[in-house]
Formats: sequence, structure tokens, C-alpha cells
Amino acid sequence: MEDRTSSNVHQLRATHDGARNPGMALELDWVDAVQVNRSATERRAATLSTRRSIKKDAQAAWLLKAITCIDLTTLAGDDTPGRVQRLCAKARQPVRAELLDALGMDERRIVVGAVCVYHTMVEAAVAALANTGIPVAAVSTGFPAGLSPLSQRIAEIKASVAAGAKEIDIVITRGHVLTGDWQALYEEVQAFRAACGDAHMKAILGTGDLVTLRNVAKASLVAMMAGADFIKTSTGKEGVNATLPVSLTMARAIRAYRERTGHTVGFKPAGGISTAKASLSYLTLMREELGREWVEPKLFRMGASSLLGDIERQLEHHVTGRYSAAHRQPMG
Amino acid sequence: MSVATYFDSMDYGPAPESGAPAEAWLDKHQRKFGLFIGGDWVSPKSGAWFDTSDPARNAVLAQVAQAGAEDVDAAVKAARAAQPGWAKRSGHERARILYALARLVQKHSRLLAVLETLDNGKPIRETRDIDVPLVARHFYHHAGWAQLEDQELAGYEPLGVVGQVIPWNFPLLMLAWKVAPALAVGNTVVLKPAEFTSLTALLFAELCEEAGLPPGVLNIVTGDGTVGELIVKHPDIDKIAFTGSTEVGRLIRNATAGSGKKLTLELGGKSPFLIFDDADIDGAVEGVVDAIWFNQGQVCCAGSRLLVQESVADQVVAKLKARMEALRVGDPLDKAMDIGAIVAPVQLARIEELVQRGRAEGAELWQPSWAVPADGCFYPPSLFTNVAPASSVVQEEIFGPVLVMMTFRTPPEAIALANNTRYGLAASVWSENINLALEIAPKLKAGVVWVNCTNQFDAACGFGGYRESGFGREGGAEGLWEYVRPAWEHKLPPVRETALPDAVGHEQLGGIDRTAKMYVGGKQARPDSGYSRPVLSPKGKVLAEVGEGNRKDIRNAAEAAHKAAGWARQSSHLRAQILYYTAENLEARAGEFADRLRAMTGASRQKARGEVARSVARLFSYAAWADKFDGAAHSPPLRGIALAMHEPIGVVGIVCPAEAPLLGFVSLVAPVVAMGNTVVAVPSTLHPLAATDLYQVLDTSDLPGGVINIVTGDGDALAKVLADHDDVDAIWYFGSQAGGASVERASVGNLKQTWTNQGRQWNWADPVQGEGRMYLRHATQVKNIWIPYGE
Repeated sequence: MEDRTSSNVHQLRATHDGARNPGMALELDWVDAVQVNRSATERRAATLSTRRSIKKDAQAAWLLKAITCIDLTTLAGDDTPGRVQRLCAKARQPVRAELLDALGMDERRIVVGAVCVYHTMVEAAVAALANTGIPVAAVSTGFPAGLSPLSQRIAEIKASVAAGAKEIDIVITRGHVLTGDWQALYEEVQAFRAACGDAHMKAILGTGDLVTLRNVAKASLVAMMAGADFIKTSTGKEGVNATLPVSLTMARAIRAYRERTGHTVGFKPAGGISTAKASLSYLTLMREELGREWVEPKLFRMGASSLLGDIERQLEHHVTGRYSAAHRQPMG
Repeated sequence: MSVATYFDSMDYGPAPESGAPAEAWLDKHQRKFGLFIGGDWVSPKSGAWFDTSDPARNAVLAQVAQAGAEDVDAAVKAARAAQPGWAKRSGHERARILYALARLVQKHSRLLAVLETLDNGKPIRETRDIDVPLVARHFYHHAGWAQLEDQELAGYEPLGVVGQVIPWNFPLLMLAWKVAPALAVGNTVVLKPAEFTSLTALLFAELCEEAGLPPGVLNIVTGDGTVGELIVKHPDIDKIAFTGSTEVGRLIRNATAGSGKKLTLELGGKSPFLIFDDADIDGAVEGVVDAIWFNQGQVCCAGSRLLVQESVADQVVAKLKARMEALRVGDPLDKAMDIGAIVAPVQLARIEELVQRGRAEGAELWQPSWAVPADGCFYPPSLFTNVAPASSVVQEEIFGPVLVMMTFRTPPEAIALANNTRYGLAASVWSENINLALEIAPKLKAGVVWVNCTNQFDAACGFGGYRESGFGREGGAEGLWEYVRPAWEHKLPPVRETALPDAVGHEQLGGIDRTAKMYVGGKQARPDSGYSRPVLSPKGKVLAEVGEGNRKDIRNAAEAAHKAAGWARQSSHLRAQILYYTAENLEARAGEFADRLRAMTGASRQKARGEVARSVARLFSYAAWADKFDGAAHSPPLRGIALAMHEPIGVVGIVCPAEAPLLGFVSLVAPVVAMGNTVVAVPSTLHPLAATDLYQVLDTSDLPGGVINIVTGDGDALAKVLADHDDVDAIWYFGSQAGGASVERASVGNLKQTWTNQGRQWNWADPVQGEGRMYLRHATQVKNIWIPYGE
């Protein structure tokens, strides 16, 4: 199980390309048999991080790993190419060089997992990240509600891919889950996946809208059956975004899918992960429930905008022994 | 290891909690601790000390006093001297001190947690996140009971001096469970911590000084099992509360028999953990981790017998093994460990021995691929498959991180397997089907049932066992009753021994001979012995003859009582109706019964009629109670409820007092039957005809056969047979002091619950003494069913 290779970005992407989830036929019996006990799930989620404490050098290493798993995101109505360029600059160099030196990590290439933007910003982002190997992810399909006409949503995916996006974050029609129309959900996600072509697809379930963990687990399964490369919690725009119990439920669905099919699917919690401590909790969850493979950017991403700043402060504290300030870290 | 290597491996690395503050506390005491008696720290008169060690490092932490007989005497004397003053304080005053203790536990929470981990070897996560918070909660909760004592415990008084002997698996938490309720209601305490783990109790004693607990209210005597024995046998102690092994529980039951000491025993278990095919399997597997790999499996209520529905068994085993592989065993002070050290080498050796025996019997052992640390007392999480109820690892409590797994096909088979044990402490049921879960929970013979959760504890919810897991409850209102007694009880005179007169001939009654046989399974049955015994008038005239019951009659009666177990599942309304009907039919023959009482006892017409009338009224009382003695819905701190169900105990043997031959019988049998138990009753040895005359009343009152069985004969001899009987679940004995002592002594076989009059004369005519909730509490046992909910 232990994967001790370095997390060189290019190497991992190569591995990833070889192991995409091909999906499978929709198996309704499996979906119907899904059981999730909320109280038990919450208990496990609550004790995951109290059972695993990560300190000192290990903590610094885990925080650096967290950075490599960030989908550095801007999804605001006032986004401009200039704003996106600034974010991409941060994505290329998320940690000050002197801190990496002090951590003995100057030889490693620490960059974020991806930069995540709206379709209209894809071009600017691709240009800003040219020759870095950092992929651009686009939220397509009528993000965040996903209720525009299907043809438009599919066209948007194709446009984003054409503009150079290597990853597409699609949103599912939550209504299909709420009405139990698994066939419709399956076909929708399959269509999205076909439109993505070689671009990797992350299926956003909008878990806050799905309300129950049972819905989350069933939607996760159907999205994976339909060929999602990643399943992702939230748009960041729902009332409730990523939570540990939801993430645990999705991680267990990924595990069940892998056990049954042998196919590997990644996980992306998004929305509300803003502290270094929280990022460690999510990494711990992946490490404990899915194993070593899932604490690498090829199978784990965190959608976040302000998380990076807090991690930098913690890293500086690790190096200097003094608490840091936000303004000491270059903004993205 | 550098940042870079961690970055590649994503290993956890060490995360040690500092032991320094606890070490400094030990140093402050020169690593030598005396006894806490009468508010002073004193050296043991014995002059003996013993080492207490850190099992994770095999290192001596400190020397602790070994108390001797003189020391225990001094502690009891201090507790006795302090008791009246402590009891006299208002509930509010006691509440303030318990509240201060709760606050102090919180203020020193980390020191307590670290010290506990050092001394016991359990992971710091558990002491920090579970044990110590529960300790504080226990003192808060019981500060509340002290405050409410006047309203809630009116008519009751403290027992006096309580001796408490606690185990090493939850040293501070078990102290809290014992000390908080005892002190709340005005008792004083002599406490003996376990030999392996005395330190947190001694730190707690310091907190008591700080909280202003008066000297002598809590005394702590440390040492080995001999100290426990001194406490158990001490003549000036009113109650023993013990948590520990069933083996020692038996010794204590035997040693306290006839002493008048009240007793609660919280003993061993081999608790079942049931996974049905519609369970959240991932959730259930995590539940197993909390069930058997909590505190290294050294938990009396550990879910150590995994029962899985056959259709999901392979899935469960696969997931379980994967989960076990990810568990971490090591330094208990490391904040990233799941499993710490076994408490002592002797326990480790016992676990290894039982595991070896299991393997020798053919059970299949699975352990994770990694090795536990070589130094210190560590044992890996272990799973036994290919076992059956006949395997010794399935029957015996291993008290370590060892799980055994079996499969079942249907819900009835699951229940049969779950209940196939001498124990009955706890059980866990996993199913997403509320109908199934709530059907299974009441059928499990266990004091605590957790639905879709496990090892949940709270001060508001009673904890304690069925069967050989002990009796009495700790926590909540149900636990409070164990520390009080009715204010009138100890003022009662000793029982009046009535000698049998010599027979001087027969009363001329005329008519057809009516010789009562035994009443078994709703039919009259000839006595096995083929002998009869005469029933005499006060003047020695033979009034009639009744069967001379022997052990086989008791055996037959107990079997009939078991066959009538469906009585418990009848509606309480129906049970009430039958008791009303019995009262109606008794009253229809009131004159006849009164005449019989007069003939047997020589009572006046008025007194005899009074007894019959009171018996009719008492039947009415329990008919009334049948559908009113409800349990409670506790509110522990989780999203859910804990239902405290009043369940019948099962088959109850009742040995009736010699006096009040009708009213005594009715007063004892009616509450037991009203609560759904079935009965083997031995009527008044001297005046059994009041009971045998009831056969026809019972026959005509729609009472199902076998609910009440009556065996006449020598009360004390039959009491001994009943007390010995391993399939009789409880025995009530109202007779001589010596008879009561014999019953208590003989009850150790299956550790059945006993209730005796301690050789005291009760006034059955007085409704305060003769009826009410106290009887119903004795006729039931509380099962707490934890039901978390939420979709």
C-alpha cells in the first residue's frame, strides 16, 4: 500500500493518465442498497483528527503536501484577467523560497494542484501558467446551479477544453438526486464525461443541497459509475459546503467503488476549508480511510482560496518559532 | 526524519504529550504516597509499600502504601465519625462541594489525563477526551442530585459508610462512578483503588482537600486484594460497591452474605456486537473499533463477540482486517496512537495464554502485518474466526484486544447466540431498520444496549448488568437508589421466631378431605417426596396437610415458570386485568379466607378480615401499578435518547414470611407478577393454607398456568434450593436472619439478585412498608437502550 515515490508533479500526472476511471453500467441494485448511518459517520469524523496528531517536521511536510493538493480558486463575479494572473503567480510559487530553504525543501517543486476559474478566465490562466505543468481547471456546466440547458452545458465544457482547461469541474443536477432519478443523473454525468475528452472531470455533487448523507453516498456512486475522475463536495456556493462527515461518506463510496470495480477515483472537498488545521484533518481522513495513494494531488484536491495563506503562516512559524502575520505572505 | 522524508512517506511522526507535569507532581511527593485517612496523609501502620509502574515503559513511577488491618480500621472509623455530620448538611451544601470537585477536575484535566495514562497505559486520547470529561460530568450530575435530594429522595436516608473497591481499567472514572453518588446523598466512603493504578485517586484526594470536602468523608486506602478483603469483611461498613471480575464478585457476595451489607456488583462480560445485513457496514466496522479496541479491550462491556449476518460476513471480515491494519499501537502518551499498553505483565500473559488456547482449539487467528513495540506491555489487535459458542475464546472474557466472530442467519438466531452466555452486561445492535433494531434490543439479556453505537456512557444513564455481570446500576436515578434506604428500614425489630407447636390431634372439620398439592404450571401436582406435612392450629391441632416440597418440586416449578415466560410479553393492561380479577375472586371468598387465617393463626375475626381486605386492596394496588411503573427517556449529550426500560428479571423465587400468611404472600407475589416476572413461591412454612387456598382463585382468574407456582414445605430448606438454582434469576426471602444469610451465600452460583428482610420484622399492614415503588424496583431491572438518530 505504501507509495513512497516523490510527488513530482509530472510523474504523477503521467500515472494518473494511465488510470482513469472508465465508469461502468448503472447498477441500481447497488445504489438502492447504500446505507449510511449519520450518527456513526459523525462520530468517526469527529474522532479522526483526535486520533491522529501531526506535529513538528511531520506537520510541516503534511502542510506542504496540502499545498500541492490545493485547487487555488477564484470564482467571483468581479474576476478579471489581472486578478487571475496574480493568482497564477501565487500558484507557481505558493511558498517563499527562504521558507522552503529552511525546511530543506528547496530542491522540491512545491506548486499548487491546479488553478480553478470560470470558463471566461481559462485563457488568461492558461497563459499565466504556461510551461509550469500546473493545470487549469474550469467550472463549467452552468456553475453553480447547473440548471442551464444541457446543450449549453455540454458546449461550455467543450469550450473550456478548447481554451486549454485540463480539468473540468462539472455540477450535477441536484434535482435528479432529490427525485431519485438515478438514470437521469447517470446519463447527464456520462454526457459531461464524453464532452470532457482527455480533460479530467470532477463531479460536484452540491452536497449541501442533497441534505442527507445517504443521498450523498448514492450520488457519489452514480457519478463514479458514469465515469467521474473525481467526486467533489460543493460549489462553495451552497449553504453548507465541505464537512468532514460528508467527506467521510464520499471517501467510503470511493473505497467501495474501488473494491468492487478496481477503478480509482479522486476526492475534492471544496468550500470552507480555510485553516491549516482543517487541511490536516482532510488529509488525515484520506490517509486513514483510503490510504497513502489518496494523499497526493492526483487523487486529492482541496478547493480553496484563503487556505494557502494560513498554511504559509504555519510554515513560517515552524521555521522561526514565532507566530506569523498574513501580510508577511505574498498575496495571490 | 526530515521534512522531505515525511513529505514522501506521509507518515505521522511522533506526537508526544509531555509527561513532565505528572512527573513533577510525583517528584513533589518524593514518589511516595501514604494513605488518605480522616483528611490526613498517613504512613501505613503495616510499614509496607509497593511499586506502581508505567506499563508502556516497564518503569517504576512511585511507591504506594500497602494498607493493613489497622489502617482499614482507621479509615472506617474516620468515615463513621464523619458520616452524621456529612449527612446532616443540606443537599445544597453537599451540591456545592460536588460542584467544586467537578470544576477542579476540569481545571486539572490534563494533569489527571497524563497521570492516568502513565499509570495505566491507556492512550492519552482516551484519558483526555473520554475518561476525564466523563469524570467531571459525573460530579456535575450528582451535584444536581444532592441539590434535589429533599424533593426526590423524601423518606429515604443514606446507608452510612460505604466500602468501594474499583478496578484498574478506568481508575479515575470508576472512582467517580462510585464516589459521586455515595457522597451526593450523604454517605461517607472508604475507597480502595486497584493495586496497578492508585495514582489518580491520590491526586483526586488532593482535589477533595481543595474543594473543602470535610475530613473523613472520603478515605483512600491503597494496596492489593487483601485490602479489598478487609473492607468487604469489615463489620462497620454498610454497603459494598464493587467493580471487577465475576470471580471476585462471587467471593464478595459470599463474604457479605448475612452481614446486612448492601451490595452492588459490576462484573465481567462477553458482550455481543450484532451486525445485520442492512447495517451501515463501514459505520459498524468503526463501531467494532470502539467496542473492542477501546482501552486495549480491557473494558467490562467491550463488544468482544462479533455476530454478523452470514450474507455480509465476508464483507465485514475484509473491511475489518483493512481497518485493523491501519490501527496504531504504541506509546500511550503519543497523541496519534489508537491502542496503548496492557496494564501489567500478568494481564498480558493471561491474554497470550487465552489466545494460545484458542489457537490450540482450532480457531483461526488474524493479526495485522506490523509488529507491536518490543519493550513494554503491548498486544496487537486480534481477530478470531472459525469459532463456535463451544470455543473457550467465545465463552471466556479475555479482557484484551481480542475479538471473536461468528455468523447468524436470522434475527432469532442472532438473539439466541447473543444471549448464549453467562454474562449480560452490554450489547450493540447495528441495523438501519428501526423495526428490527427495536425488536432486538429488548430481547437481549443485557443492562445496556447500544443501537448503531457502542461504549457510550453518561452520568444520567444507568449502567450495570444482567445475569453474572452483576446487579445494581451506576449512574442516573437508577444508580442513586443503590446508596439510600427507606428511613424506616433499620428501625424495624428483629423477626419473631415462632416455634411449631407439637401436634395434639386433629381438628374435626367434617366434609370431604381437601389436601392441597403443589401448584405447578397451573395444575396441582403431587409432591415428589410422597410425603405430606401437617398444618397446625395455634393449639397444635392438625388443620390439614400440605405436600412436603423438595428440590425436585422446585425444579419442576422453575421449569414451569420458564415455560410461562410469555407473561412478560403480555400487555401491561392484560396483567392489570388479571390482577383485578384475582382481587375480585378473592373478595368473593373473603369469609372463607378469613376463617382459614383465624384457624391457622388464632387471629381475631376482625384482624383476619382485615388481612383479607388488605390483600384485596394490595392486589388492586399492583393491578394499578402494572401499567404505570414506566421507565424513563434519558437525555444523554448526543442527538438521540437513551430509553431506561423497566424489564422483568425473569423467574423469581419468593420465600414468604411466616406471619401474615395471606397478606405477606400477596405483597410479595403481586408486584413481581405485575411487572411480568414468573414466580416460584414458597408460602409461609407455618400457615401455608392461605396460599394453597388461592389455587382455585388463581384458576378462576385467567392467570396463565406457570406464572405463579407454589411449593409448600420447609421454607428455609426450599429457599436454599431456590437460591442454588442457576436458572432462577432472583430470590426474595423474608424470614430469619440465618435463612437470609444462607440465601445470600447460595446465590453466588449464578449471582442472582437477592432481596431479604435481613432478619427484620416488616409490618405488612402498613402500606409504607408493605407496598409501592420499592417492590417494583426490586421486581425489575433497568435496561438502557441508547438510540442515536438522524438521517
